[in-house]
Amino acid sequence: MITRRVIPCLDVRDGKVVKGVQFKNHKIVGSIVDLARKYSTEGADELVFYDISASTVGATVKKEWVSKISDVINIPFCVAGGIKSIDDARSILNLGADKISINTPALENPKLINQLSNEFGSQCVVIGMDIKTVDNKDYLFAKTGNETTAHSTGINAMEWIKEVQDLGAGEVVINSMNKDGMRNGYDIKLLKKLSSVCNLPMIASGGAGCKEDFINVFKGTNVDGALAASIFHSGEYSISQIKSSLVEKKINIRI
Amino acid sequence: MTVAIIDSGGSNLRSVAKSIDRLNKSYVITDIADEIMKASFVILPGVGSAKNVMSELKKKNLVDVINNLKQPVLGICIGMQILFEYSAEGNTKCLGLIEGDIQKFDKSTDLKVPQMGWNKVTFSDQKLKKFNNYYYFANSYYSATQKHTTATSEYGDIFTSVVEKNNFLGCQFHPEKSSEAGEYFLQYFFQKS
Repeated sequence: MITRRVIPCLDVRDGKVVKGVQFKNHKIVGSIVDLARKYSTEGADELVFYDISASTVGATVKKEWVSKISDVINIPFCVAGGIKSIDDARSILNLGADKISINTPALENPKLINQLSNEFGSQCVVIGMDIKTVDNKDYLFAKTGNETTAHSTGINAMEWIKEVQDLGAGEVVINSMNKDGMRNGYDIKLLKKLSSVCNLPMIASGGAGCKEDFINVFKGTNVDGALAASIFHSGEYSISQIKSSLVEKKINIRI
Repeated sequence: MTVAIIDSGGSNLRSVAKSIDRLNKSYVITDIADEIMKASFVILPGVGSAKNVMSELKKKNLVDVINNLKQPVLGICIGMQILFEYSAEGNTKCLGLIEGDIQKFDKSTDLKVPQMGWNKVTFSDQKLKKFNNYYYFANSYYSATQKHTTATSEYGDIFTSVVEKNNFLGCQFHPEKSSEAGEYFLQYFFQKS
C-alpha cells in the first residue's frame, strides 16, 4: 500500500525561505535551492513551497525559483501562493512543479478548482485550507500570509471539504491556525473530524514540534502526509530521524 | 544517441527532460514525426487526461508514428495508459499497442482517489527484482494486472505498475520524480535496444 508522507514546507518570501510563528514575524532561514536539495537528499517524500509574499499582495509567484528547484531535486513538489488562473497554474507546472496549491482564490472563486482539474488533472490540484476553530466550529481563513490581511470567511470547513471534492480537487492540506507554530502537536481532533467526510488524500499541517507529534498524527488519524517547517529548519531533527522513528512504530513509510 | 520526448501538450515535460539530462543523455522535446522516428529512444510522457493526450496526438498526426516505432519506447503515467486499447477516462480510444483497458479506482470503497504518493513496486521476474522499490504515483486510473504486466503494486487491489510488450515499456509511476529508484529504472530503459 501507499506510504505515509513526511513533507517539509518552505515558506518563501522575496526568494528566501522564511518562518514565522502563527503567520507573523517572519525570519529568514535559508536559500530555497539549498534547503530543497538538503531535504530531498535526507529522504523527504515531497516538498511544498508556499510563496507568502504573493498571496497577500495579489501577485503571482515569481517563477525563476520554481525552475531552479526542478533542476536540483527529483522528488515531487508543490507550489502555493497567488495562483489565481489557469495560466498562472500552467506556467508553474511547466517549470517543473507537480502540483499547485490554491487557498484564497479557491474560496473567492470555487469554479477555479473545477477548471484547473479539467485542464491539468485532479492530481495537480491541491486545496490549502487555513482553519481556525472558534467555539468548536471550524472556519476557513483567507489571505493568511500576512497578519493584516488574514480574515475569517465564515465558511465552515466540513462544508468546504465536501465542496472541493465535488469540484475535482486532488488533495487537501489542512492547516490548523490554532496549532501553527506552537509546536505542541498536530490538531488531531480537527483532522479526525474532517477526514470523516474526505475521500481525497489529506495532509496535516500545523503544530509539529517533536518526533512524537508525527507518530501521533499517523497513529491517531488516517492522514496521508504530515507537513512541517520549523522542526526541520531549526535542524533539531532531520527528515531521516523522523522517518526512522515512524518505521520503529510500524507506520508505513518509504525509507 | 538522442532521446525524443514527445510533446503531447501536457505540462511537466521539463521534469522528464531534466531526469534524462541527469543521466548525461541528449534529448529533444518534439512533436515532429521525423525527429521522433529517428531517435534512439522515445519517451511518451503524459500529465492531464488520457482524452487530452490522445486528442493532442491525433491533432499532431502522431498516432501512426508512435504505433510504428521500432526503437524502445517508454510511456510514463498517462503515457503508459494510452498504450492500452481503451481508457475509461473520458471514454477514450487509445493506441491499442497493448491489450486491455484502463479503469478508475473504485471510490465507493474507502480508497482515496487519486492515489498520491510513494508505493511499493514489485517485479515478478527474478532478474528485475533489483528494481523493486518505492516509486512516486499520482493517478486516479489504472490497469488491472494482465499478460504483459511485469511489476505490480497494491492500492485497494493489485494493479499494473510496469507493463512491457515488444519495444513498448510503460510505467504507471513517475520515474522522473522517484528519486534514485526512478533514475535506476530509467537506466534500465536505456539499456534496451
